[in-house]
Amino acid sequence: MKRTLSLMAAVAIVPSMALAAEGDSLTIVSWGGAYTMSQEKAYHEPYSEKTGTQILREDKSANALAGIRSQVEAGNVTWDVVDMLQADAQRACDEGLIMEIPHDEWLAPGPDGAKPTEDFIDGTLGDCFIPQILYATMFAYNEEAFPDGGPKTVADVWDLEKFPGTRSLQKIPQKNLEWALIADGVPADEVYEVLATREGQDRAFAKLDEIKDNVIWWSEGAQPPQMLADQEAVIATAYNGRIFNAQVNEDQPFKIMWDHQMFEVDGWVVPVDQSEDDLKLIKDYLYFATDTQRLADQAKYIAYAPARKSSVPLVGKMEGTDIDMKPHMPTTPENFETAVQFDTSFWADYGDQLEERFNAWLAQ
Amino acid sequence: MADIAADGYVPERDESGALTTVDGTPLKISLRKSQRRAKRRAFYLVVPLLAFLFITFTIPIVGMIVRSVYNPEVANYLPETSAAIGDWDGEELPPEKVFAAMAADMEVGLENRTIGRAAGRINREIPGARSLVMGTARHVDEMQPPYREAFLEEDEDWSDLELWRLLKRETRLITPAYYLLALDFEYTPRGDIVERPEIYQVYRLLFIRTAWMSIVITGACLLLGYPVAHLLATLPLRTSNLLMILVLLPFWTSLLVRTSAWMVLLQQEGVVNDLLVWAGIINDNGRIRMIYNQLGTIIAMTHILLPFMILPLYSVMKTIPPSYMRAARSLGANQFTAFVKVYMPLTIPGLAAGVLLVFILAIGYYITPALVGGESGIFISNLIASNMQGTSAQLKLASALATILLVLVLFFYWLFNKLVGVDRLKFG
Repeated sequence: MKRTLSLMAAVAIVPSMALAAEGDSLTIVSWGGAYTMSQEKAYHEPYSEKTGTQILREDKSANALAGIRSQVEAGNVTWDVVDMLQADAQRACDEGLIMEIPHDEWLAPGPDGAKPTEDFIDGTLGDCFIPQILYATMFAYNEEAFPDGGPKTVADVWDLEKFPGTRSLQKIPQKNLEWALIADGVPADEVYEVLATREGQDRAFAKLDEIKDNVIWWSEGAQPPQMLADQEAVIATAYNGRIFNAQVNEDQPFKIMWDHQMFEVDGWVVPVDQSEDDLKLIKDYLYFATDTQRLADQAKYIAYAPARKSSVPLVGKMEGTDIDMKPHMPTTPENFETAVQFDTSFWADYGDQLEERFNAWLAQ
Repeated sequence: MADIAADGYVPERDESGALTTVDGTPLKISLRKSQRRAKRRAFYLVVPLLAFLFITFTIPIVGMIVRSVYNPEVANYLPETSAAIGDWDGEELPPEKVFAAMAADMEVGLENRTIGRAAGRINREIPGARSLVMGTARHVDEMQPPYREAFLEEDEDWSDLELWRLLKRETRLITPAYYLLALDFEYTPRGDIVERPEIYQVYRLLFIRTAWMSIVITGACLLLGYPVAHLLATLPLRTSNLLMILVLLPFWTSLLVRTSAWMVLLQQEGVVNDLLVWAGIINDNGRIRMIYNQLGTIIAMTHILLPFMILPLYSVMKTIPPSYMRAARSLGANQFTAFVKVYMPLTIPGLAAGVLLVFILAIGYYITPALVGGESGIFISNLIASNMQGTSAQLKLASALATILLVLVLFFYWLFNKLVGVDRLKFG
């Protein structure tokens, strides 16, 4: 029995140790790769330097919603700040998994004193969501694969004769179904209307069927640049920041096709059930990390557009180079011409059904 | 006087003549007592293990099974509505009291931020219901009775009877819905069970594929492993030790490393294809796709599971005296007959153990099919995992699928026990 007792004592010690360690550190969940590095440089490092707080990084954002859900359900929330897509944040907010954020109270005002609710780009704030960046998902290709010029439109991507080779698409229905309809001739502003009908869904899947045999699927943002570099795929959908990173840092002959880019907002959320000490630390971090200068700083390291209006004029050259970042931003007018805003509320409603159908379609 | 020992010791006896200990208790009772004490001590020694198994094995499995049928979203987060809708007959629009109850639930649910969970549950079956519920809930505090008219004015989709039937069905705390989904059936709002539309069917296909691919992998392991085990058991020690290391080295190598090695070898730009192109067997545009499909899964998993076949076979073959075969030969059997009639039956305990091990490991395999299976070579475990991730994670469906897989494994174990008998197994 003595042995059992000491065993129990040992078990009891473990959580209390974990609690003690959490006091001066923050667990921040993000996407990994070049994106996490840009946050590290622009937010984490200056913050640690200023306050001495240790930042623990976890690259789990691809599963952020499920992760928060299971932590909250289990009553053991270990994540302090989570980087999440706006659509997921809306859902987590509706389900009461993340905290409501009084933006004007928690966040820094703009340099001219503008309230945060006015300074962030319209339509990007959510009840529980602090936007950081606007990013685009679009097609990119390896120029070496197409010496006579690469695809120019989404319809070209479906043209296997003119542009032969493997495509790489993200293993989710989101955006792929929209592009399939656009390639099939649906005007961009009617895409979601069409996709809400059974006929429209059939049409989108039938269009995807045309290239299914020539598609390999990716699930992590770091994969498409890798596949393009290895020519395992010649055209891939990717996040614009990842392609920029490969172009600039690895000198890859990649070209972005901005036609019908789909842009989305990404930002911070805070899971519920934080202790008071943690919450104080979290608020302090968020105040620092989402101010005008910090958001503009992030654009020095990655080609995503800052979500504050006041940050835009501060975007300059890439750190350590003389590459002007403005032409690489998704929001630059010539890139933005045919841009489609990703409809988070459509996907909140139809996501369950379309994801099921997509998974069945993949496995069949 | 047979019980008098050679040294003249006379055992104690009581009046009836039964043996006793020195203090007079009957020997039988005393023996039982000391045995009980030993048993208790043994039990204490295994208590930590039992507790460990209970906490890490029994509780999670029970939790999983409970989760797969537990359906609290509507009953708990729309309690008033659940109570009010009970005596609605489902034929025409529910009465005012149901709408009023819904309004009250929405107000509370909005405050506690739980309304989204109920909306999410309904949205799974009726796409668009999330917006309907959330949109109305945001304005519910401005509404005035009668609520029925107010709801319909807010959004006419509230007149959809299917929605109300679904709500009524969902008030039950226990639901078979997830098991039905896991078998490609669906549960209509009225409570009928029908097959799902073909475009959504996937799980039955995957269960069947997992089973037949596991059988193929087990067969391949047996075909490849049997001769190797035989060689190991019959070669001189020096050579067989070397061979044994060749079997064990990959066994000790990380699973991920071995799987990645197959990716390097088999992919279209990989070593095998390069060699074939170089040798002129295929041309550069006709590179064979050997990975990211069923073939890839079968090759990689056969390799990974092979030691689990070889080792039990080897340990049994090692104990078969070579003289048996010689005896069979000298009694007139030819090599083949002797092998089939004498040697093979003797290896069955090891063979059965190997088959059982490989098959049960294969049927629940996750990482290798995920990495090399592409779309056509994935197993049911990969779909269980995908139901646990992403925005539309369906933990309950995943629980139901996992429970079915568990039952399937138990069924195969039972079948195997019937055919071979588990007590005959020898794992090494």
